[in-house]
Amino acid sequence: MSSMATFGRVSQSMKAQKQLGIAVRLVIAVILIIFSIFPVLWIVSAAFNPANSLASARLIPQNAGWDNFYILYPPADAAVRTWSANLFGRDIFPPIPPGRFVFPFWTWWWNSIKIATITTFLVLFITTTAAYAFSRFRFAGRQAMLKAILLIQVFPNLLALVAIFLMISQVGDIIPWLGLNTHAGLILVYMGGAMGINIWLMKGFMDTIPRDIDESAMVDGASRWQIFWMLILPLLRPILVVIGILSFIGTYGDFVLARILLKSTEQYTLMVGLQIFTSGQFSQKWGAFSVGALMGALPIMVIYLALQDQIVGGLTTGAVKG
Amino acid sequence: MATLQPVRRQSGNPFGLEANVPSMLRILVLLAIDISAIWFISQAFTLGFTTLAAVLVVVLVMINVVTLLERFSPVRWMVAGLSFMIIFVIYPIFFTVYVAFTNYGDGHLVTREQALAQILDRMYLPETGRSYSWTAFRSPEGEYALWLLDAEGNGFLAQPGRPIRAVQPGEEGVGELDANGIPLTIEGYNRLNTIQASTDPNIRSIQFGDEEEGFTVQIRTNAEAGELLPRYTYDEDADTLLDNLTGVLYVNIDGTFTSTVNSSDQIRPGFRAFIGWENFRQFFGNPALRGPLVRIIIWNFAFPLLSVLSTFALGLAIAIMFNQRDFPFKRIIRSLLLIPYTIPGLITIIIWRGMMNPELGVINRTLTNLFNISIPWTTDANWAKVAILLVNLWLGYPYFMLVCSGALQAIPSDLYEAAEVDGANIWQQFQRITLPLLLVAVGPLLIASYVFNFNNFNLIYLFIAGGPPIANATAQAGHTDILISYVYKMAFEGGGRGVQYGLASAITIVIFFVVGAITLFQFRFTNMWEEVSENV
Repeated sequence: MSSMATFGRVSQSMKAQKQLGIAVRLVIAVILIIFSIFPVLWIVSAAFNPANSLASARLIPQNAGWDNFYILYPPADAAVRTWSANLFGRDIFPPIPPGRFVFPFWTWWWNSIKIATITTFLVLFITTTAAYAFSRFRFAGRQAMLKAILLIQVFPNLLALVAIFLMISQVGDIIPWLGLNTHAGLILVYMGGAMGINIWLMKGFMDTIPRDIDESAMVDGASRWQIFWMLILPLLRPILVVIGILSFIGTYGDFVLARILLKSTEQYTLMVGLQIFTSGQFSQKWGAFSVGALMGALPIMVIYLALQDQIVGGLTTGAVKG
Repeated sequence: MATLQPVRRQSGNPFGLEANVPSMLRILVLLAIDISAIWFISQAFTLGFTTLAAVLVVVLVMINVVTLLERFSPVRWMVAGLSFMIIFVIYPIFFTVYVAFTNYGDGHLVTREQALAQILDRMYLPETGRSYSWTAFRSPEGEYALWLLDAEGNGFLAQPGRPIRAVQPGEEGVGELDANGIPLTIEGYNRLNTIQASTDPNIRSIQFGDEEEGFTVQIRTNAEAGELLPRYTYDEDADTLLDNLTGVLYVNIDGTFTSTVNSSDQIRPGFRAFIGWENFRQFFGNPALRGPLVRIIIWNFAFPLLSVLSTFALGLAIAIMFNQRDFPFKRIIRSLLLIPYTIPGLITIIIWRGMMNPELGVINRTLTNLFNISIPWTTDANWAKVAILLVNLWLGYPYFMLVCSGALQAIPSDLYEAAEVDGANIWQQFQRITLPLLLVAVGPLLIASYVFNFNNFNLIYLFIAGGPPIANATAQAGHTDILISYVYKMAFEGGGRGVQYGLASAITIVIFFVVGAITLFQFRFTNMWEEVSENV
């Protein structure tokens, strides 16, 4: 009996200890969460702060308002104004109040989305076709090539940025629309990284798809390309989503290659534009920057949080961002 | 072994037409690629981009072989990716090596031919040479003629390839003279007004007159044409330039024609030339470069190490703390802690730069209000390093949190039960079970993270551009610069020394070696290679 009582007491104290442990950990969690979301809260509040300067920024701004959101006002963008003027025959938008810092947000945003989307689809195409060959065929040099792909990852083309810059400027001397300051040239450079480590991930996934599918289709007279396109590709959906999203996010957030290759304001991606915009008179443009940063980060945050589990699954099996 | 034989069609198709359709298409596409690539390569050769042309020849040969020979048919599936990889990843590495041994940079941007063409185009007016005022005429076919007036008011007609001669109105189609002594018309030509003549793109480079019979005249300014002579004479065998005006001889030293009398007297532009180990010698030998470089290299090794340790420690701590399956609010906590990872890095780095601004940033304003202290985050060398490590901790811990919580779940729980039976306390369990098993799974990722941070250009450059600047450094080196940001600044921002692609490439090669060595170590240390070999 007494041993039972002791056991009861022990388990009770253990339970109390456990609950205390959870409480302590919850407090730590709150502190960590403050650390992790403070910059985000800060940028949200700066976006609504009409003072537009770093010095007067506070967490709960006085006279909160939408003044900084003028950068999202489409006619703040010269391209939009020209377009609408052509459409309607005259400038129909009311002018922007003087003293507002504006930058061509939508042009930059569109450039980023366009470049990231095209890059992602091309990367997916290159990755899946190459992974299909690695998974389904046995040929001389197959192992060596798979290993080489892994090794070359160590030297991303960002390292050779001087060479990339000189090379693209040479290409531009021959074909201007592929040279410096063009989106096509930048996408080409991104393509260099397409034969990446993601091929391993994709190949691993394909290896789990039984080969019987291929073989029975082949008996029915389907060509290799038909098998790949009509049978295998639909089965790859989950992994395509993960690799596609990570590639999109990586390209969308790339800075240095876009920075050295793109030269004129209307060609910038959002990341390059935001950086250049903030590099001069930084403290005076804080409000406008905040709105741009918030709007630029929003699509990516939404994608991440909505598809958290899939992305985490991809990351832990070795997919890379970018 | 999967068969590589083309599939034999089941349908009755005695002529094999259907089977030929894809290969016909393939040949057509290949033909289109070949034609455009050959055009591009020939252009590249003409412009002197020999290395680019060479790599494209290699790629083109590969594409053709793979497409035409049946035994390479599996490689067809990846030929696009391979081509891009060769052109944009492998070739730049070799090109970097090549540039590192040249003087490519400001003052040496053009090829030898281009530089010589520019230099030999320069003219001068010798003491004995006469000068004239000129009026230009152009024929509808684009031929030019000049009407020259010397100081005494005598008129001359000058055409390319024909001797310059004194002409009276009425001769050779020359019409009436106007008040200034210039013919109103010349038969077959239209007179150009001053604006047309001064903006004409061709007229300045034309030599009028015949060199063998008499003299030639070239336009110098909008008002004056003169009996100009080429300023320099090039001696191809000796590779020297003679200045016809001063008589000084210039010899080619490392891509610059330098005076034999005074070595600081050089003819611009210089040209790209192979200069051997000069960039490396500068890199290691010049104290003004070496001083900052030693600091940069030390920091370049310390920064990723400290970053990886701190992000891993925090990530692991969080993962262990909330590992319990039934922990309340687990999912929402994880989502909130993941936020730093979900925002594009550039944006958050700039936000942190604003928050850590020494005078205006929120962190210092709060610290001043609470404790009356102000930390020089971006102006003091050591605090700047602390700031960068803090920002990177914020940016990096979510990744290790995710990876570690995945790996923790893979550790079998009966190990802990057995340890508890043996009386091991929590710390011992962590030390003997959790950490070793975790490191097996996470070890390669730690080294990958080290390599990533070794070249974490975005953080270093966007935060304070490598600042604060190192005093007494000739190049613009900063206390928080790492090699890659130093390379970027040297190649694209120039600073006082001008843009130096050659030197920047030499430093890039040093980075290649370091990264390669770390990777080698990674493969040795983690048995990753064996694992890889099993999976292929």
